Amino acid sequence: MTNNSKTDHWLVQGATIRWLWRIFIVVLAVTVLAQLILPVKGYFGIDGWFGFGAFYGFLACLAMVLVAKALGFLLKRDEDYYQDPTADD
Amino acid sequence: MTDFLPPALILLAGALLTLFTRRHLRTAIILAAPLATLWAIWLVPDGVVATYTFIDYQIEPVEGSALRRLFATIFAIMAFGGGLYAFRQARTAELAAAHAYGAGAIGVCFSGDLITMFVWWELMALFSTLVVWCGGTSASKAAGIRYAIMHLLGGIILKVGIDGIAVQTGSVDIRPMLATDFATWMVLIGVLLNAAAPPVSAWLADAYPEASPTGSVFLSAFTTKTAVLALILLFPGEPVLIGVGLYMVMYGILYALLENDARRILAYSIVNQVGFMVCAIGIGTELALNGAAAHAFAHIIYKALLFMSAGVVVYRVGKSKCTDLGGLFRTMPLTTICGIIGALAISGFPLTSGFTTKTMISQAAANESLVMVYMLLAAASAGVFLHAGIKFPWFVFFQKDSGLRPKDAPWNMAAAMVLFSALCILIGVFPETFYKLLPYSLEYEAYSASKVVFYLQLLLFSGLAFFLLLPLMRRTRTISLDTDWLWRVALYRLVAVTSVQLGAVGARMGRLTDDTLAALKSRAESRFGERLENARAGVFARAWTIGTTALWIAVLLTAYVLFYIIWPSEM
Repeated sequence: MTNNSKTDHWLVQGATIRWLWRIFIVVLAVTVLAQLILPVKGYFGIDGWFGFGAFYGFLACLAMVLVAKALGFLLKRDEDYYQDPTADD
Repeated sequence: MTDFLPPALILLAGALLTLFTRRHLRTAIILAAPLATLWAIWLVPDGVVATYTFIDYQIEPVEGSALRRLFATIFAIMAFGGGLYAFRQARTAELAAAHAYGAGAIGVCFSGDLITMFVWWELMALFSTLVVWCGGTSASKAAGIRYAIMHLLGGIILKVGIDGIAVQTGSVDIRPMLATDFATWMVLIGVLLNAAAPPVSAWLADAYPEASPTGSVFLSAFTTKTAVLALILLFPGEPVLIGVGLYMVMYGILYALLENDARRILAYSIVNQVGFMVCAIGIGTELALNGAAAHAFAHIIYKALLFMSAGVVVYRVGKSKCTDLGGLFRTMPLTTICGIIGALAISGFPLTSGFTTKTMISQAAANESLVMVYMLLAAASAGVFLHAGIKFPWFVFFQKDSGLRPKDAPWNMAAAMVLFSALCILIGVFPETFYKLLPYSLEYEAYSASKVVFYLQLLLFSGLAFFLLLPLMRRTRTISLDTDWLWRVALYRLVAVTSVQLGAVGARMGRLTDDTLAALKSRAESRFGERLENARAGVFARAWTIGTTALWIAVLLTAYVLFYIIWPSEM
């Protein structure tokens, strides 16, 4: 989505993407700030903290991506790893 | 006897008729059979409808309850939606096999006893293998064989358990139990195998993506969700299931993150979603079981929808690897939008079906004060958005411009996708109506402000994480090893090495035998003479003189008499 050519689809043009990022950041801020008006009723205390969902969601994803990356070194193989070299396709 | 038709038989008959009809009549049967089945499903009353006696056991081929009707309903809807999606593109054999497969699933739904359940269970294994084979490639043939072996083994384990229970209790009735002894463990393992539980989760991502674009839509729905139903019926509150479910949830996310093939990403996320259900069944409260059932219902719809959108891409482009795809939204707007709706629903975004069902499971965990479970499920919800919610549509429809400009979906595929998209949103927007179908009537408020804010934060910041971490998720042309490596490679090598060793031993044995035989032959020839007419006669073949013969006979007779006298008489 880094195509900046004016002839391409409007959705992939640099200006659009910059706007999408701005809107996204505003939406992110709103969901956290919304907690000031609509308090999150936590079940265990910690999950009711301000911005906990945002913080936890981000960190959980970061952890999962890093764990997946580490597992990748161990588990990733070439895509025809299982292919029988004598098979016809 | 009963005066009404078991619903599964209607779909099975439809599947059979599909084979022998053509054109419009065939289309009519493909679309009408699931609807007739649906009608019959809602006529099944609560309780056991008919009983027979088989050997010493009571067979109850049709037993109704709200839970059983709920699962049968979604299976029938799936058979209809899948039929609509596939009828112009799929081979007749695949359509017939898929509907027979669906009939097996509906048969399991209404089985009142373990023997009936087992018969339908095996029928599902059989016809789902046929659906995999209808992929038509050599890869699908091989994957189908691996799939069949796995499910036949699972069937044997299940059967051992069922027989054990029958012998121990004298009854094959389906009723809640816990895994306390050998027989119940065997049943649990047999059922969990179909749910793609560890350590054999790999069969799912191995087989489903090798089916045809239409076949994988059917495959995504039936096997794992009948296993979920069987677990609800047989093992509600079995604590082992919480751990198994959490493992499946995380396994699905991590493998999906590593995966390059779009349909395989979706296959891993089936394991992830079924993990939520299995975990809920382990929690076992009424709310948790409602959550598991509701989530299974919603999951079948959005997962089929996701496989449909991926299927359209494979059908149009013939490719399913993220590294080959990208930028398809330009010419496939409808498929993109439907894929995004499915992706939002699986992520449990507010206003989609996933939100109204998955939060029920989290709530059940919170109510039981299972802090770890609740937190891991919340992390997993974020992870689902990461691997299926954004990764799938992003890499298939956006990402880079692959230069591919395929046409959008054919009309019937489009109609099926729109239908399932609408269901995703309807269940998300009007959950109260849907909750009335659930097995337990409970008050559950899906859209509390607190939940909505929490999940929006969780999901949107996962989205932020995705785009910030994109460089770490660059797609590579790779696959990821799984436990199936143990039998696909390690066992294979072991067999190969063993057969070479055995061959060497065999060759040595052969030489030894040859030498021994040759020695014996020459010995025999020296004693009995050679076979040739003019050859020298052997020792025993010579003509002996009468005197020598008489002497030998005298010696033998003397020996005989001596033995007769010496030998103890009591013998």
